Amino acid sequence: MHKFANPTFFMKIANAVFPWAAGLSVLCFIVGLPIALVTSPPDYQQGETVRIMYVHVPAAWMGSMVYAVMAASSAVYLIWRHTVAHIIARASAPIGAMFTGLCLVTGMLWGEPMWGTWWVWDARLTSMLILFFLYLGYIALGDAFEDQERGDRAAALLALVGSVNLPIVHFSVEWWNTLHQSSILSMQGFSISTEMVVPLLLMVGAFQFYYVAVLVIRLRAELLAAKIRTARFNLAATG
Amino acid sequence: MTRKRRRLYFVGLGLLGLFAATALILTAVEDNIVFFFSPSDLKARTVTADQRLRVGGLVEDGSVAKTGETVRFVVTDNAEKLTVQYTGILPDLFREGQGIVAEGRMGADGIFMASDVLAKHDENYMPPEVAEALKKTGHWQEDAQKAAPKTAQDTTTPPSSN
Amino acid sequence: MENLSDYFAMGGYARFVWPAYALGAAGLVAVLWLSVKSWKAREDEFAKLKTARDEGAN
Repeated sequence: MHKFANPTFFMKIANAVFPWAAGLSVLCFIVGLPIALVTSPPDYQQGETVRIMYVHVPAAWMGSMVYAVMAASSAVYLIWRHTVAHIIARASAPIGAMFTGLCLVTGMLWGEPMWGTWWVWDARLTSMLILFFLYLGYIALGDAFEDQERGDRAAALLALVGSVNLPIVHFSVEWWNTLHQSSILSMQGFSISTEMVVPLLLMVGAFQFYYVAVLVIRLRAELLAAKIRTARFNLAATG
Repeated sequence: MTRKRRRLYFVGLGLLGLFAATALILTAVEDNIVFFFSPSDLKARTVTADQRLRVGGLVEDGSVAKTGETVRFVVTDNAEKLTVQYTGILPDLFREGQGIVAEGRMGADGIFMASDVLAKHDENYMPPEVAEALKKTGHWQEDAQKAAPKTAQDTTTPPSSN
Repeated sequence: MENLSDYFAMGGYARFVWPAYALGAAGLVAVLWLSVKSWKAREDEFAKLKTARDEGAN
């Protein structure tokens, strides 16, 4: 693991991964969207609103997954002080926040016609909203400190503490009575028809590869920001 | 012990404590976290008439009776039953055999007076043709039981996995 | 033509299905665009600092 702590080596791999991730994301969208929107069947109960699921569920999974990446990277940063780990967490946060926000909004758009309400304070919806606020808090905290390193550590600690919310998001529908349905993916496999699993997985793939591709772009920006700081410092010292 | 190792243990133990504390708190306030009670839950606790609460379960087949704007139906968790009365517009998904959550107060006559009715959807999505085929082959009941509130599953036979 | 308008009606749920996809597209594009923008801006800034440093060295 520590070999990857070298930013130059790490970016070499990231840059090599980038065209593949970007290409596969576009490919998944091109194949997946027509299936999700046109050829896949309506649901026997929900009718055409089932199509919202092909955005909502991948967004929800990404919201949790990106946070897990953020929390794990933050732990690596706090323990081994690898700056690359912190930069991965920092670059991931806005992407994860977008996915979580998208999950919440598409969920409302499904809830109003199906449940009969935009929002309820059940365990699943509430814990997902908390996840969204954790992302926002992390983003805000990273820039709130005068001292860069203290801000980094505070943000990393928040990401780590907030990880307690992840199992709650995941298991809320099993532990407590919720209005939200149980997970469509369990140990027994998918509880939805194969014709619906195909577009769902394609959209999941599209979102996954999108995350990797945009993460690489954001990593480049973050590393450039660090280089700019050093260059400015040197310039001020010599000039 | 190096500083890195010390930090590793510190983070590990910290997280462990945090997760344990959260688990304890969540267990303690469980009654406030559950979104609704099943008819069995309600039977097990004393409910006063001024207490606003939610009850959830499946709408029993053939129990829906409409008189004008007012509708009466029986909510069941496959163990206990509760009659619910509601006046207003029902959600699109409201139908017999489907899960619902009703919010309101317990009437003196044992009828639950709902001010809001929400439809609950289960995790089984399928095209209409597949649903028809399942009903024909008699695999339907398994899904209906899965959709029932969790507490009900302790009192009924668990659905056989298909 | 009728089939097409039927399709866009989404069984009466058009006002829920289409905004979900529109917001999805908007979110993905917005984050991508902002990320590329800040990367390009920093690249320019770093290039400027580099020339400033080289000029200072001469």
